[in-house]
Amino acid sequence: MISKEEVKHIAKLARLELGTSSSRASTDKEIDKMQKNLSAVLDYFDLLKKADISKKKPSFTRATEEQARKDEVTSLNHDMAEKIIKLLPDKKDDYIKVKTIL
Amino acid sequence: MNLLELTIKELHSGLKKKDFSSTELTKAYLSDIKKNDKNIGAYLKVSEELALSQAKIADEKISSQENITYLTGIPCAIKDNILVEGQNCTAASKILENYVAPYDATVIKKLKENGAVILGKVNLDEFAMGGSGENSAFGVTKNPHDKTRVAGGSSSGAAAAVASKEACYALGSDTGGSIRLPASFCGVVGLKPTYGAVSRSGLIAFGSSLDQIGPIAKTVDDAKIIFKVISGKDKLDSTSKNYEFSDLDINIKDIKIGIPKEYFVKGIDPEVEKIIKETIKKVESYGAEIKEISLPNTEFALACYYIIAPAEASSNLARFDGIKYGLSENQKDLLDVYLKSRGRGFGSEVKRRIMLGTYSLSSGYYDAYYKKAEEVRNLIRQDFENVFKEVDLIFCPVSPFPAYKIGEKLDDPLLMYLVDIYTVSVNLAGLPGLSLPVGKIGSQGKEGGLPVGLQIIGNHFQENKILSVASFIEKMLQ
Repeated sequence: MISKEEVKHIAKLARLELGTSSSRASTDKEIDKMQKNLSAVLDYFDLLKKADISKKKPSFTRATEEQARKDEVTSLNHDMAEKIIKLLPDKKDDYIKVKTIL
Repeated sequence: MNLLELTIKELHSGLKKKDFSSTELTKAYLSDIKKNDKNIGAYLKVSEELALSQAKIADEKISSQENITYLTGIPCAIKDNILVEGQNCTAASKILENYVAPYDATVIKKLKENGAVILGKVNLDEFAMGGSGENSAFGVTKNPHDKTRVAGGSSSGAAAAVASKEACYALGSDTGGSIRLPASFCGVVGLKPTYGAVSRSGLIAFGSSLDQIGPIAKTVDDAKIIFKVISGKDKLDSTSKNYEFSDLDINIKDIKIGIPKEYFVKGIDPEVEKIIKETIKKVESYGAEIKEISLPNTEFALACYYIIAPAEASSNLARFDGIKYGLSENQKDLLDVYLKSRGRGFGSEVKRRIMLGTYSLSSGYYDAYYKKAEEVRNLIRQDFENVFKEVDLIFCPVSPFPAYKIGEKLDDPLLMYLVDIYTVSVNLAGLPGLSLPVGKIGSQGKEGGLPVGLQIIGNHFQENKILSVASFIEKMLQ
């Protein structure tokens, strides 16, 4: 069983707020539910311990093999940049505006 | 003649003969959607203006007879995780509720080049995470065969739209069964292509080593027409392959079909089992060789998938941060912008998967979960490699049971994940798979009942073999 502290830690790593900060009860409820749900699924994952991987060398999905491309400048139309800038939630001129972090 | 009943091929011939125009056809679909979709909930947004302008262009092309293909002037629906320029693309999530796609996905570019008519964007489980369609932030799509039941997911709206004749065909995406499962539940044809056969550029990413876009259609022939148009190498997707589809007309007597014994075990609905086995028997009576096979690592597939897919999702969905686009909660500091935008923007299933993925990638757990799952994935891949040395295709059910009641499994994620038990292996191994409607449970004659889909799995890039045999079975069952 995963602990409540672990749930909170993972949520922080994932940048997810659980519940709403204005209501302590809703936060506790969502953490409880997440604890219960995650524990059940993680218990199920224990099944993989039975898998016999001794015969097979570990190799990862080769998603990038033979697929490297040349580093080259390509032209994109200016319209696209405008459309993307239009989607910014907060901006100044054509720049993304973020909160100060220092 | 009811235009909405016709297949792509039949409509194409009617358009060419000027029996009707694409504008008439498009209007027929639009008015049917207006009248009936409130009972189904397949569409998130109907793009009437776009559809009518595309129909007009198609009609001009048809009268001047230039560049006409099978898809010219034929109305379709697009799953709302595929970008159509200038249209909303929500992925059925509150975090993208007001997002307008700045460009076309490669598959959309290809459809447009072929003169397709886009009726609108259709519902899905939020970010394609789910097997029922119930995880949409904008309502549940209902199964056209029984409106108290789910349409299946995650391409819920795509399958329901085709089944209820609110689109002639649709594009869906399949990460762990998301095309095949709703196709099976709704009684339509769904093809999940080989990984790399279709460009993923412009598909909102869920599990990048698993995702594929594919067609949902009324017939096998229609699915083939669409697949031929959307497949092929794209420089915007480095995992896409140079792939020329070659038509194949197979004699069923030359085909060896493997039946994996691990797929017919406890937990399968006896009615589903009966329909699948009867179909297999019938195919055998036409001369196909049927052989029992073993995929020994099948029992690990679901656990393996539910580690890998959420791990990739947790990374892919990091881009929704309240800064670049989508829902943004204005807060005093940056961390709070992240926490609140994501906390309020994502639904509970998406949060659960981000949490699962973050957990199995986090320090101390990586080896036990993610690395282990990748190793097991290799075993699963190996199982299929071995089997395809002996057989041409694999037949099994798409789902252990037919469409279930809305709300039935919603509170228990593990129960919900078990729906994917027969579909995830195909994605883990990057194989093509098709769902073909082969019967109905509880039907009296042709009316009523819940559809059951046969899953036909082939080796990498052997969509032609799958489609040829599926087409044979389709005719056999008529």
